[in-house]
Parts: sequence; structure tokens; C-alpha cells
Amino acid sequence: MMSHAKLAEIFNKDEAKVNWHDKALWYVREKRDTAAHNVKGWEYLRDLASGIKANVLSNLDNYLVEFEKNAQSNGIEVHWASNAEEHNKIVYQILTQNNATKVVKSKSMLTEECHLNPYLESKGIEVIDTDLGERIVQLAKEPPSHIVLPAIHKTKEEIDVLFQEHLGTKPSNGDPQYLTNEARKHLRDKFLNADVAITGVNFAIAETGGFVVCTNEGNADMGVHLSKVHIASMGIEKIIPKEVHLGVFLRLLARSATGQPITTYSSHFNKPASGNVIHIVIVDNGRTEQLSREDFRSSLSCIRCGACMNTCPIYRRSGGYSYNATIPGPIGSILSPGMDMKKHSSLPFASTLCGSCSNVCPVKINIHEQLYKWRQIITKEQKQPFVKKSILKIAALVLAKPKLYAVLGISVRWMLKYAPRFMVYSKLNAWGKSREFPKVENGNFDQWYKNRKNNG
Amino acid sequence: MRVGLFIPCYINQLYPKVGIATLELLEKLGLDVFYPTGQTCCGQPLGNSGYEEDAKGACQVFVENFKEYDYIVGPSGSCIHHIKEHFDILEQTEAVINVRKNSYELCEFIVKILGKTNIGASFPYKVGLHKSCHGLRGLKLGSCSERMDAYYSTEEELLKEVKGIELMSLTRKDECCGFGGTFSVFEEAISVKMGKDRIQDHLDNGVEVITGADHSCLMHLDGLLNRNNQPLRVMHIAEILNSCI
Repeated sequence: MMSHAKLAEIFNKDEAKVNWHDKALWYVREKRDTAAHNVKGWEYLRDLASGIKANVLSNLDNYLVEFEKNAQSNGIEVHWASNAEEHNKIVYQILTQNNATKVVKSKSMLTEECHLNPYLESKGIEVIDTDLGERIVQLAKEPPSHIVLPAIHKTKEEIDVLFQEHLGTKPSNGDPQYLTNEARKHLRDKFLNADVAITGVNFAIAETGGFVVCTNEGNADMGVHLSKVHIASMGIEKIIPKEVHLGVFLRLLARSATGQPITTYSSHFNKPASGNVIHIVIVDNGRTEQLSREDFRSSLSCIRCGACMNTCPIYRRSGGYSYNATIPGPIGSILSPGMDMKKHSSLPFASTLCGSCSNVCPVKINIHEQLYKWRQIITKEQKQPFVKKSILKIAALVLAKPKLYAVLGISVRWMLKYAPRFMVYSKLNAWGKSREFPKVENGNFDQWYKNRKNNG
Repeated sequence: MRVGLFIPCYINQLYPKVGIATLELLEKLGLDVFYPTGQTCCGQPLGNSGYEEDAKGACQVFVENFKEYDYIVGPSGSCIHHIKEHFDILEQTEAVINVRKNSYELCEFIVKILGKTNIGASFPYKVGLHKSCHGLRGLKLGSCSERMDAYYSTEEELLKEVKGIELMSLTRKDECCGFGGTFSVFEEAISVKMGKDRIQDHLDNGVEVITGADHSCLMHLDGLLNRNNQPLRVMHIAEILNSCI
């Protein structure tokens, strides 16, 4: 299992690609800034959203029951899954009951989290991701590298080659217009032949029992309207209390995500069309446990806009795959250790704690503070590299003893000044691989101050 | 007003001239400044690495050194931020509470507490300001590019009054330099790339001297500049404010 640092180092071997990736995401961050500037009271809106989500998380049990009751009275079938396995089984059961073999799916990070596609494929079901970016990574047999822009790591030229291989397109030098049209033709056929449509859920409204799915391509609507059966998968935290609260969240979501005022489609599903069925699968999969961790509870407020990824100077330069998690980037780094601490133990350290993520977060999750808190837990509960641990433990002892520190300070300075370069800049010295140490001056500040005092 | 001068460990050992400039600057402002001997470190490197518990000894030394002062002033935003934010691991005695409350980053102390912006400095160079994250987003020394607040910058208020200075505007106003304490070593590849990108922004905008209120960021950038022989240098903001050129 490679650490984030190692995977980031590999990604950085191609500096031109890193620059391209960084610029592509920074462009989205800047679009977000412009969009947010155009909303009067943006910061107030964030406060509101954060408050509503805090209320939801404190009363989640009641809201979920209320949602279930209202959804059922609208004729929606509600299922509960305590983990990914149960979720997948429920979905498969619904498919079997409907003799379904062909499924179209609109983007859903939850089904990624549950690894639904490989599960259904192993049962002989065809699952087609219909969001263009998702379809691209699906064809490439890769997971999404970003939660909103799943194929952001791919250039249009790479997509050109991929489409030639899988969709039989002609070489077009990465012409986006041509490639999109070809994808549309390919997907249209899939939409028309699908038995069941699966979507995610952006907001589930307790008061009405309805839910909202936000897409830019309209693929959720297209899938749902062409199939008799609609399965919507949602995490328990997707609840909002009232329909009016959409006025807060829909204003924040797309602006934070891509800098659009609103997604092209905000599809409201309240009850099945005549002769059709809607199923909702409500999934826990570790969320209740995260809810029980006081310091990390608010991570469940996340509305999956991806703004923290776009602003994160590390994510932009290490790529989504360096996180090796369904949800990459800053928010993923506080969610993932709660799911599997051993596997994800390097993620909270993949940050300078610069705090930009917390500042862009539309629901004001204190992401960088939670990263700091995970670090304290991980060093206690997970085995740490011997050298790193020893150095820090020894440093702690020295820093608690001023006299010892003074002696050591002088020795280190002496070494930096007089030791031969090959010794100081050895392989063990990660600082010195691409950086110089400061030029050591004759005395330290302590000595200068003492001399000044003595000289009156 | 009794002012205790806090000189962070790496400044004490590696950049004594930054400590000297800080002390001289505060004295120029007419203050009685005391430098408690026996200072070690605020414990930030340990806390950020996940060994906060082990840092308690260092934190206690800090509190003992500074508990008698009305103000504790240091030329490093991230250390001050650590004291204010993360000394919550200590028992909250009166001494600890006071130390946390009375610790100030140098620029903030001059502007907010002393109410001064013009210190009579002159520095005829093109300067780029690196807004360190812990100072900016942690101590709120300025408005952040992510937030839709009214614009302000404590460091710029001081730099604008410096005679002859030309403050250059940057393309990315407040992106992290990639130092991040032990991050610079344990995530070496990204840290270096972030630093290189920051430097390029300053170069692209005609900067001659990169300055900031946190010398740890500047140390990281300086290390890259020296390795790559780039035509730029770094100076702590205290050195510029203490200049009469």
C-alpha cells in the first residue's frame, strides 16, 4: 500500500502534466470565486448552510424517519442498508425482481463507495455510467479522480484515443465537439435500451419525502424517464429538513463546484409516474460511526461540491489517485480514516494545513482542523515509520530541556557549517534533495543577545 | 507595557539577523523589550506531525518563560498561531490562558496594539509579499482570497508606508508555499513543486525581494532559490521595516 507521499512523487515525475492539472483546477477555483463574489451575502449563506446541516446531524434519526414516512406515502419504496454489501444486494434484488439486465446510472459517489458496478457486473448486469466524465473513466477502467470532474486527469487527446478504441471514433486530434457528439450517440442507445435507471441523491427533503438530483447533462432525467424503475441511492446524511432549505443549498452547490450559478438540471423527484416505481436505498456504511466522533461529526455535512479539491494546492499537484480513496482531496482525507484508518493513515498528513479548504467549503467544515486532529489519533493507533517517530520523540525531549536544546542547537549549526557537503546532502536528507540549507551565520540569536548585554 | 520577545527556534539558530531586526524594530518603537533566555520551541513541529501529546514539555517551557509579560511578540505567524490555537492541550491555568491571549505576531502587534503603520523605513526595491497561511487564515492578518470579505492586509499596511518600496501584485494572491513544517520533508516532492510554483509567480511579476511575516516559508523558498540560482532573495518583513537605505 503506497503512501500519498509516494504516489504524489510518482505523479510529479511528469512536471508538464502536473502544471496542466494544477492550472485546470485553479481555473475552476477562480470561476468559483467570481460566482461567489456575485452573490450578496455569500458568507451568510455559508453560515446558514452550516447551521442547517448541524441541525440535521443532531436530529438525523427523526429526520430520516420523517423522510421515510413521507416518501412512502408518496408511493416510493424505501430500503435501508447498513453497509455497502447490503446496499449492493438490495439493488441487485430490485433488478432481479424486474428481470433487468441493463442499467444506466447517473453520477453517484455513493455507488462508487459501495463498488456497485463490479458487483453488478459479476452478476451479469450491464451498468453504464451516463455522465460523460464518468463514462470516460469507466471506459478506461479507472475510478473517478475527482468527485465532480471525474476525468479531470485526462487530456482531450487521451480521450480521443480512448474513444477510438472503445467507440470506434475517427482520430480527431482531441476535438471536444466531435468527441462529445460521438459519446452522445453511444449513450443514446444505452438510454433507450435500459431496464433500470440508478441515480444518486443530492438532497433528500424530510418534510416532503422528495429528493433532488443535480446534473449538468440531464442524464439523470433521461435515464429515469426512459426506464420503468428508478433506484436512488443516498447516504443517511443527505437529508435536509425542509424544501425551502433548497434555496440555500442549490445556490451554494454549483457555484462552489464549478462556478456556475446553478447546475443545468436540478431534478426534483417526488413520486413515481403512473405505472413506474421509485426505490430509495438509504445507506449508512460507516456514517453513524463518524457521527459518533465528536471532532469529526461535521465532516458529514459535506454536499460533495469538490471545492476543497479545486483549491487544495496539494490535490492540484498530486492528482486524485494519489489519495487512493473513493473521495480524494481534503474532505476525503478526513472521511476516509474513519472508514479504514490503516489503509488511509497517510492522508491527513497530505496537507500543509493551509486552511484554504475550510475557507471555500460551502457548509464550513473545519477540514484543516480535522486533519490536525486525525494526525494526533493516527500516530497513536497506527504503527509509524521508526525513523520519523524516533526523531520526533527525541525532539520532544530536547525541546522540554532548554540547556540540552542550547547544546544541540550549537552542534547542529556547527555541523551545517563544517561538515562536508556529501555528508549533509546525503540520500537521507529529504530537505536537501532539491533545496539548500540556510547559510549558517557565526552565532545564534542567544549568543548575539548575550554579547550585546555584556557590552552594555 | 512589558514586552517579551519570542524568537522561534529556527530563527534563533539559523536566522539570528531576523531576531535582531525584530528586537531593534520594537526598540525603535520605544518599547522595553525583554528576551527571556532558555527559550526552545513552541512545539508546532510535534503537533503538526501528530505528536501533540509529546509537545507538552516544550509548551510548558514556553509558558514558564513568558507568563509574566503583558505582550509576547514573535516574528513568526505560524508559531504564534500554534500557541493561541493548540496550547489547549495544557491545563488551562491563568498563566496558560494569559500566554495564549497575549501572544502576537509582530506585524499585528505593531498595527493593532501600537496603532502604528509608519516606522520610518525605506527600502527601494520591488517586493512581493508572501502571505503565510497560518498568519493569513489562522491569525487573520488579512482577508483571504477564498472569502467574500472586505479587503485588508496587516503586512501591506506596514509595507505601504516604507519609502521607495514597490509592492508587486501576484497572480495567485495567497497560495501556500508548500513548507508545512515536517510536510516539507515527508511530502518532499509536492512541497518542492509548490515552492517552485510560488517562486515562479514572484519572478513573473518582477519581484526582487520576497518578504513575509513567517520566516519558515521564506526558508523553504530560500532553499529553492539558492539551489536553482534564481535572481531573487528573501527577507523577513522585520528586516525591511528595520531598513534605512
